[in-house]
Amino acid sequence: MSVSDLSGLNAERATPGARVREVHDSFHGDLLEVSMGPHHPSTHGVFRMIVTLDGETIVKLKPVFGYLHRNHEKLGETVTYLGSMPYTDRLDYLSSMTNNWAYALAVEKLAGQAVPERAEYVRVILAELTRLLNHTCLAGFLMQDCGCSGTPLMYAFREREYILDLFESLSGSRMMCNYQRFGGCRVDPSADWLAGAQKLTDRYGTFLDEFETLLTGNEIIMARTQGVGKLSPELAISAGVTGPMLRATGVNYDLRKVDAYGVYPRFDFRVPLGDHGDVYDRYMIRVLEMRESIKILQQALAGLPAGPIMDPKAKLRSFRPKAGEAYGRIEGPKGEIGFYLLSDGSPNPYRYRIRPPSFINLTVLEDMCLGHTVADAVIILGSVDIVLGEVDR
Amino acid sequence: MLGTGLLQGLGVTAKNFVGSFHDPARLTTIEYPEVKTKLPEAYRNFPFLVTENATDPMGTLRCVACQICEKECPPQCIYIEKSKDKKPDATGKPQLFPAIFAIDTSVCMSCQICVEVCPFDAIKMDQVYEIATTDRFSALLLNREQLAKSNAYYHEIHPTEAAEVDARLAAERKAAEAKAVAAAAAKAAAAAAKLAAPVAPKTPAV
Amino acid sequence: MESPEQIRDRLLARFPGAEISVVTNPGLAAQHSLLLGAAHARAIAEFLRDDPTLRLDQCSNVTGIDWPEKEIVETTNISTPDPANPAAPPTAVEQKTKRLQPGFLEVVYHLYSITHRHGPVIFRLRTGNRTDQATVPSLTPVWRSCEFQEREVFDLFGVTFVGHPDLRRILMWDEFKDHPMRRDYVEPDDYEWEPTPHGAVLEKTKAHYPTPPAPASVAPVKAAAP
Repeated sequence: MSVSDLSGLNAERATPGARVREVHDSFHGDLLEVSMGPHHPSTHGVFRMIVTLDGETIVKLKPVFGYLHRNHEKLGETVTYLGSMPYTDRLDYLSSMTNNWAYALAVEKLAGQAVPERAEYVRVILAELTRLLNHTCLAGFLMQDCGCSGTPLMYAFREREYILDLFESLSGSRMMCNYQRFGGCRVDPSADWLAGAQKLTDRYGTFLDEFETLLTGNEIIMARTQGVGKLSPELAISAGVTGPMLRATGVNYDLRKVDAYGVYPRFDFRVPLGDHGDVYDRYMIRVLEMRESIKILQQALAGLPAGPIMDPKAKLRSFRPKAGEAYGRIEGPKGEIGFYLLSDGSPNPYRYRIRPPSFINLTVLEDMCLGHTVADAVIILGSVDIVLGEVDR
Repeated sequence: MLGTGLLQGLGVTAKNFVGSFHDPARLTTIEYPEVKTKLPEAYRNFPFLVTENATDPMGTLRCVACQICEKECPPQCIYIEKSKDKKPDATGKPQLFPAIFAIDTSVCMSCQICVEVCPFDAIKMDQVYEIATTDRFSALLLNREQLAKSNAYYHEIHPTEAAEVDARLAAERKAAEAKAVAAAAAKAAAAAAKLAAPVAPKTPAV
Repeated sequence: MESPEQIRDRLLARFPGAEISVVTNPGLAAQHSLLLGAAHARAIAEFLRDDPTLRLDQCSNVTGIDWPEKEIVETTNISTPDPANPAAPPTAVEQKTKRLQPGFLEVVYHLYSITHRHGPVIFRLRTGNRTDQATVPSLTPVWRSCEFQEREVFDLFGVTFVGHPDLRRILMWDEFKDHPMRRDYVEPDDYEWEPTPHGAVLEKTKAHYPTPPAPASVAPVKAAAP
């Protein structure tokens, strides 16, 4: 198309007719390839999508990974079992406590290590605090992706900071907690700490009410997210999608209920399910899960038994599990986080594999984005809830 | 009615905006370089070496260069060379000491596994966090003189933990002393018996 | 849920001639697995997914394991009875045999059933060797979740999945040679020059950079003022 064509178009603007349609048709079928990322605020880190567009509609989307790849699994083979524990913090750095737990659980399965009851309760408390933290952040990020610049994200980060303060005063670090050990937890939470956790739990419902008033009923957000990025339950199951994304499609599968690990069977809570599997449902599931988490926290804090926090028989140094393999998994905030360990009887694992939930949840990214616009792709990616430390490992 | 949700949301932002002027609890930020938050006792940053006596830091290091932390450190940031000779430690027992003890803080990830595995309570986590430097290399590679800090300082930053450690060490020391006294007594008794023994067989021979 | 032995028997009845054996896990977790031959793997996978009592509809985890060639020394006691005196106890001779166990790559699949809420059923596929026969059939057409995970195993271990729709490197860049998760992978020595106290790393860097790039940046460790 030449400049003269355009001038002709301008001349005919007053009476749009056949010529305009003809020019429009000449654009049709020209595909445009756009590289989104790796450095883009909407990609939650260094993640890249090669998007092929027809007009503004996505016809193909290929995610590109590996910008943050450091071969975590190889590292795990070169250090001892204990040495991998601080590295698990750096996987999904928003939820280091659940990563710690998943790894500790896998090693405990491998070595047949018992865990005292108090430690199991503390683990539940920390895992649910992590879930609150992660889902609050996700809601904030998702709204940022939708275009609500700043405000919801800042409210979310304010609350996250209170939870991180708790983590810091218990483990010594805000995000890189390195708190769980094989056979218990590193330090016993003091009465002051438990009082702080209780205070936060009591207050969190009020914050959620405020947050929901701000977002859930907002007409713009509804218009922006409802019906966008629909995922069918069949595809979600086949693609190994787990966590809130799976439950948003209506599949009732929560490892806290299915595997009943730790002391979860003692608590009364419900599993929220979605209907449509769109972005709005994924947001709602997370908000509802936070309400259930508060319920679990109340019960766990009330029922926390006295006793040792570490199994006295647990070994810190020269830890050599028997040869064999074990796969342990828990319900992390992002989905099923699992560790597959293969021991040959030496102090280092022979094979150390992480099942990263957000990496596998990205399998269906293309399916969800097809037929939507680029702006929708941003919020669909936001609703998957990825952390690149875990995707790329 | 369309727009109700929007207006309610605006109400929330208005409440937060106005509230932060009136309610100090809603003010969640501080002016950092001028004001600093109180660090929790458990806060950890980089390791340091505990010395018993601040006037002679190198002479009273608790570290005996056993190299357990060096082996266990996941990112391998500790480097230790044992001394050739022995030198009395704080309790007066002759012990090896680290001739070189270096921590590369650009590699260290503050996981505190070195602290957990140390059987001598010689390495602990520091709380100094304003450690930015313009020299990427030597300023981040700390040697034992830079790492050594007194036990009094340890008490200052981790009071509860330090009190526990001191109590345990005192008990160990006391037990060791008691054992030494008992061993000395036993030795003396044995010597006395030995002294008496040669005399005994002689008497019937006479 | 059925035990791996029961599943094996049922599979053998359904697929006569298929190579299926149970790999026992000596560890305490006792998660035993099935070793499948490549020929029937795809059909068996579909059967496991669609069988009404198993319904393993979710393939949770796919991972590779590298088993390099290993020399195994076996000690066998050979007792030969004395031909002259059969009543006498046989003389035991210890015989040491060296055997080269061929290397192979293994792909492990962890299956769960969302419908019946059971699992895991673990099965393994093995490649012929680690070089020219490093292929197994792809199970991406059976479970979509294998798509990225099989690409990852291809990238990091070098297992080629026959029938994978889009087999490219996923975590490493396309021009990268070799497979970093293999046990015999040699890491590159082109470290950035750093004044590290560690002998091994320092030697490697020195070998790579015969002369330090910038003398100012490798100033010796200064002793702190007392």
